[in-house]
Amino acid sequence: MRAFLALEDGTWFEGASFTGSGRAGGEVIFNTGMTGYQEVLTDPSYTGQMVCMTYPHIGNYGVNLEDVESDRVRVASFIVKECCKTPSNWRAKESLPAYLERHGVMGIEGIDTRALTRHLRLHGAQRGIISTECSDPRDLVRQAQELPSMEGLNLADAVTPKEPYVWENGRPRIVALKPDGGYDWPGTGPRVVAFDCGIKWNILRLLVAQGLDLLVVPAFFTAEQVRKLNPESIFLSSGPGDPAALTDMVHATSLLVNDYPTAGICLGHQLLGLALGGRTYKLKFGHHGLNHPVKEIATGHIEISSQNHGFCVDLASLDNVEMTHVNLNDNTLEGFAHTKKPIIAIQYHPEAGPGPHDSRSFFVRYREMLRRELGR
Amino acid sequence: MPKRTDLKKILIIGSGPIVIGQACEFDYSGSQAAKALKEEGYEVILVNSNPATIMTDPGLADRTYVEPIDPEIVAKIIERERPDALLPTLGGQTGLNTAVALAESGVLDTFGVELIGANLAVIKKAESRQEFREAMDKIGLKTPKSGIARTMDDVRHWGRQIPFPIIIRPAFTMGGSGGGVAYNMEDLEAISARGLALSMKSEIMLEQSVLGWKEFELEVMRDVADNCVIICSIENIDAMGVHTGDSITVAPAQTLTDDEYQKMRDAALAIMREIGVETGGSNVQFAVNPADGEMVIIEMNPRVSRSSALASKATGFPIAKIAAKLAVGYTLDEIPNDITRETMASFEPTIDYVVTKIPRFTFEKFPGAEDYLTTAMKSVGEAMSIGRNFKESLQKGMRSLEVGMPGLSKEFDRCNWDKEAILASLRKPNSRRLFDVRSAMLCGMTDEEIHDATWIDPWFLRQIREIVDVEAELHSFALEESVSASNPKLAPVMRKAKQFGFSDRQLAALWKKEELDIRSIRQKLEVQPTYYLVDTCAAEFEAYTPYFYSTYESGKETAPSEKRKVVILGGGPNRIGQGIEFDYCCVHASYALKELGIESIMVNSNPETVSTDYDTSDKLYFEPLTFEDVLNIIETEKPEGVIVQFGGQTPLNLAVPLMRAGVPILGTSPDSIDRAEDRERFQALLRKLGLKQPPNGTAFSFEQARDIAKEITYPVVVRPSYVLGGRAMEVVYDEEALASYFKRTVQVSPEHPILIDKFLENAVEVDVDALCDGTDTYVAGIMEHIEEAGIHSGDSACVLPPHTLDPALVKEIERQTEALAVELNVVGLMNIQFAIKDGVIFILEVNPRASRTSPFVSKATGVPLANLATKVMMGQTLKDLDPWNKRKTGHISVKESVFPFNRFPGVDVLLGPEMRSTGEVMGVDASFGLAFMKSQLAAGQRLPMEGTVFISVNDADKDAVVPVAKLFEELGFKIVATGGTAAHLSASGVKAEKVLKVYEGRPNAADHVINGQIQLMINTVSGKKTVQDSSQLRQTTLMYGVPYTTTVAGARAMAQAIKEMKGHGLGVKSLQEHYA
Repeated sequence: MRAFLALEDGTWFEGASFTGSGRAGGEVIFNTGMTGYQEVLTDPSYTGQMVCMTYPHIGNYGVNLEDVESDRVRVASFIVKECCKTPSNWRAKESLPAYLERHGVMGIEGIDTRALTRHLRLHGAQRGIISTECSDPRDLVRQAQELPSMEGLNLADAVTPKEPYVWENGRPRIVALKPDGGYDWPGTGPRVVAFDCGIKWNILRLLVAQGLDLLVVPAFFTAEQVRKLNPESIFLSSGPGDPAALTDMVHATSLLVNDYPTAGICLGHQLLGLALGGRTYKLKFGHHGLNHPVKEIATGHIEISSQNHGFCVDLASLDNVEMTHVNLNDNTLEGFAHTKKPIIAIQYHPEAGPGPHDSRSFFVRYREMLRRELGR
Repeated sequence: MPKRTDLKKILIIGSGPIVIGQACEFDYSGSQAAKALKEEGYEVILVNSNPATIMTDPGLADRTYVEPIDPEIVAKIIERERPDALLPTLGGQTGLNTAVALAESGVLDTFGVELIGANLAVIKKAESRQEFREAMDKIGLKTPKSGIARTMDDVRHWGRQIPFPIIIRPAFTMGGSGGGVAYNMEDLEAISARGLALSMKSEIMLEQSVLGWKEFELEVMRDVADNCVIICSIENIDAMGVHTGDSITVAPAQTLTDDEYQKMRDAALAIMREIGVETGGSNVQFAVNPADGEMVIIEMNPRVSRSSALASKATGFPIAKIAAKLAVGYTLDEIPNDITRETMASFEPTIDYVVTKIPRFTFEKFPGAEDYLTTAMKSVGEAMSIGRNFKESLQKGMRSLEVGMPGLSKEFDRCNWDKEAILASLRKPNSRRLFDVRSAMLCGMTDEEIHDATWIDPWFLRQIREIVDVEAELHSFALEESVSASNPKLAPVMRKAKQFGFSDRQLAALWKKEELDIRSIRQKLEVQPTYYLVDTCAAEFEAYTPYFYSTYESGKETAPSEKRKVVILGGGPNRIGQGIEFDYCCVHASYALKELGIESIMVNSNPETVSTDYDTSDKLYFEPLTFEDVLNIIETEKPEGVIVQFGGQTPLNLAVPLMRAGVPILGTSPDSIDRAEDRERFQALLRKLGLKQPPNGTAFSFEQARDIAKEITYPVVVRPSYVLGGRAMEVVYDEEALASYFKRTVQVSPEHPILIDKFLENAVEVDVDALCDGTDTYVAGIMEHIEEAGIHSGDSACVLPPHTLDPALVKEIERQTEALAVELNVVGLMNIQFAIKDGVIFILEVNPRASRTSPFVSKATGVPLANLATKVMMGQTLKDLDPWNKRKTGHISVKESVFPFNRFPGVDVLLGPEMRSTGEVMGVDASFGLAFMKSQLAAGQRLPMEGTVFISVNDADKDAVVPVAKLFEELGFKIVATGGTAAHLSASGVKAEKVLKVYEGRPNAADHVINGQIQLMINTVSGKKTVQDSSQLRQTTLMYGVPYTTTVAGARAMAQAIKEMKGHGLGVKSLQEHYA
């Protein structure tokens, strides 16, 4: 079915919907990973974004039950050159079009994704609209201009869970807190409260694998609520949107970091930067791919990393913080540590899913920090 | 870490002649490495016996040794040059094996040479099947069940342990030579015996078959600080069981989830670390069970490989160059990415197109060899293509092969094969398997049925089916609609066809029109290709490297410059008769244009080459060399002209159509080319100049041929017109043979007649390369063939300068060359083949283009022919360029050919008018004998200094062989001979012991060969019967690696070489010293 993709700057592309009729809007970004579309689709960090895959054949291996990063498709819509309708892989349970349709998410193909990507590189990420019902793409352009800008957009509220939960048997399980807001920690490992502002399941899997006793709480939990849980450490997750818009979370974090060893990934990295008094800024077209080289300053070792962020922490705006990781492509900040307090954070995705496993040592580093701080 | 300063001088070993499994890719990697090291200020010493390489250009290294790549010879070079380090990982398996031999013999320790990149322990751990298996067990990676055998007893032992089918892989051989698949004990013993003989270590691995599993490769790089990156993933369309060099492969991998891909990546990195490859590129091969994703490791190469070259071209990441820099201590984050400039080499390329590599086969040249693809590599070249989807990429790849397929289609017709026949063909993978798949689809077979028979992944089958379906759509479109520019329904149909990779030729065939009509309609409908960049980063960063491919998309990324510019057409995939020599010429054209300040634009489809390195020319178009694709580029770039005379027959065939399309052809005009190639016009030309050619005629039927042959008298040479490399050329001795030739070959080229020439028996053949600017002619090289006329010039050994020709004859050859060059108004290079019989000069062929011998002549004389030819084409005169004054003399150069017979068991090794060599080597020394000795050693024949010579010659050669036998006798050799030869030799005073022919009983000559009692074999034959009788003997000789010759002239040269070598040994000298 014929469909158009229109951008706020007046550019439009013609393609075909592979998920039937519909309309969708969001920030158009590109992702350069050649594999891992299922993980991308289900990553809550992509909430509000229409993801264009630069690799032209997408859907080749279908969709399986395991490679998901949350319980549903999160992207606003999916833009590809060519979508495969009859996948081939021993684990495939469903084709990509069927999967998207089932989740009510639009997919468009036949787009010159390279031309779109170059456009975004030159002109920056843009708001866009995809629609099958359109006689004049200029109408869509106007609609795109009316969409909210990603800058200043609080999307964590939209993706965060309503209640605390634990990670059990490869799924989240909602838990009830005690009437006084306390929690009976079932295990003996370090007690970690993780804020879910759009967390990826692979982060949970790997935190649990470190032997942590993990309780996941909604993003709107206050510092006071967290203290009642009697945690030993705070973890701040990845997630969508502009970190600067999450003022409540930044506030809560700024209170908690004084008392608890804290770690953050991606949005969590940005929240920590803000909570420590720094500022964040929007990157022109963001980092979205599986091939970004990150150098660990201390060792000089290079990790090929999975990245997905549109905002970045300004190192110069922070005191008592040292850069631990840097992006070798554009020298942006990829990780920092507080020089006095037990706080570490990285901007990229050590949990991969999708992407290389080079950075998994982050979880070990976090565990070691806790061991140092807690003596166990 | 900065580069090492404790190293000053580094030795690079090349890979020697082009053979199956080791082609231009190692010229590409060696040249890149030499350039990179020079750039860093190191002194580079280079060894390679292959004169047709860019790496052996004297300007590239500080000292260039065109010497045999033999441990003893390289040891002498080391002794002389005292390098600090040896970089063994860029010269293919040959370079690696030689480095191992030098390390093991203690030469490297004695002279304090460090192996950089990979040390001895690493190489052995990766290359020894057993050590590798143990290493994989240690890091928890699976390998197929296997055992190592060093004896036939071991083989039988494992044959009882491992379930059939069993794969046999010899250790330390390249391209899987000597390997195979055994389905029973009898197969196993036969293949293993050959494998044990071929393995440098007499070691083979017998391995549980994972036939039918999916095959993948990862290209990995590691630096001294343990940073590892994957450059490229490759998925084979052909499942396990077909050698990866023979497989159609695709980059990136198409059917792996991220989870599976990352597991593979983790495994590759773990292997790099466990094997301990310190720096550089390696490749790891995986097999994956399609049913459950189980992954096993097949092998790893701790060196730059054929796949590395492919990965470099597929992604734009220059693996060899970076590997060289890593070897001297740099880390990945210190080396800039040339393409993006702003990023470093420490990243993993991501691509937004599909790359397909398709191997090119030449089974037709080896009658008796079965067109059946197994674990031993048989292809002689490959084409690579780039498209925005797999379908476009595949079809572009198919037409890049230049085997007459415009894509995956023929005239559209319903299949009339029966299903069983197709299934049988599908089950036995062959060079035409994609067409088998297409036929199967047309016959109504399902993807599942085809998958069961071929194990080709359903994803690929689905893609192929989409092509087949669109072909049917296109076919029916024309039944209902008019194919004209005025039909508005045509534009979207045309665009879709183009996006599916259909060529104008395919559309023309489908729609029953001329190719040019389709082109014109297409252009009117504005269905035009655009050119996208290969940029390593999927457009994430701005790219500065002008490396393009065509596609039918909406964007535009080319910006043709306003400068003076010239397009150079390359040679396409390697094949027998057209290989690296032509790439060498194209690269030189590019260099010459750079010197002249003219923008060079290269078009080629061969990923192995230096010409397709993105920094060889100002712009690179990685495209099929077809009329359509080339004209599209020319229309985009609008160059002042096109150079067609350097890429071999491929671009030459395009000269006339391009000229007709209004494209300026630089240098010799297409009309002159036609005058030299068209029989009648050529005869008129010779008559005009008063030059002779052997009596001849042109026949369109057998009857005509019979009459012509009768008139000019047998023997005659027959061949189809317009062919390269002597395709289907034969010497025919009688009418019966002529009739049989017609039966076998007439279908080879139905649109062209058969040419018949008188065969000049025992004539001396001479090749001449010349350079002409239309006025003056520089006779660059006169090469006297060692074998007599009748053996294809590409298969003969030759010597420069001529060593037996009368000076007056040489003068006359020069005069005739000049006359022909001026008459043909040659501007650029030309090659002439002469035959001299009884003092009379005959002209066999004139080719107004670069020849296979151009690089050899350039190296032998120090005059860079292709470079000067380019300048002449751009308007400079020979008077100004003065090649006469640049010429270096004082040494003798011998070119010898190298053959792929060991790849085609059962094929006779006799030489004839059909070219079958894949490559060549050069021997240089002060005398003919020593130069010849070096050429033999470089070609893999170690001539004996003592022992027994076996002689069996046909009657015509019996007198001629007597002095040769005498010489061997004087040199202390024992002579054995078959009955007739022995009697003749004895009667002529040479003591010769009689041995039995193979069919005469036991023990016979073959038994003596097997028992190691014969050190050199001289065997000439003529006539079909004796050929068959002695074929088995030659097979045995080949299998046991005994030096042999099938001509008396070859034997004479060998005797002379042994004589000169006795008591002296071989010395080594660099080209720079020869030129000094």
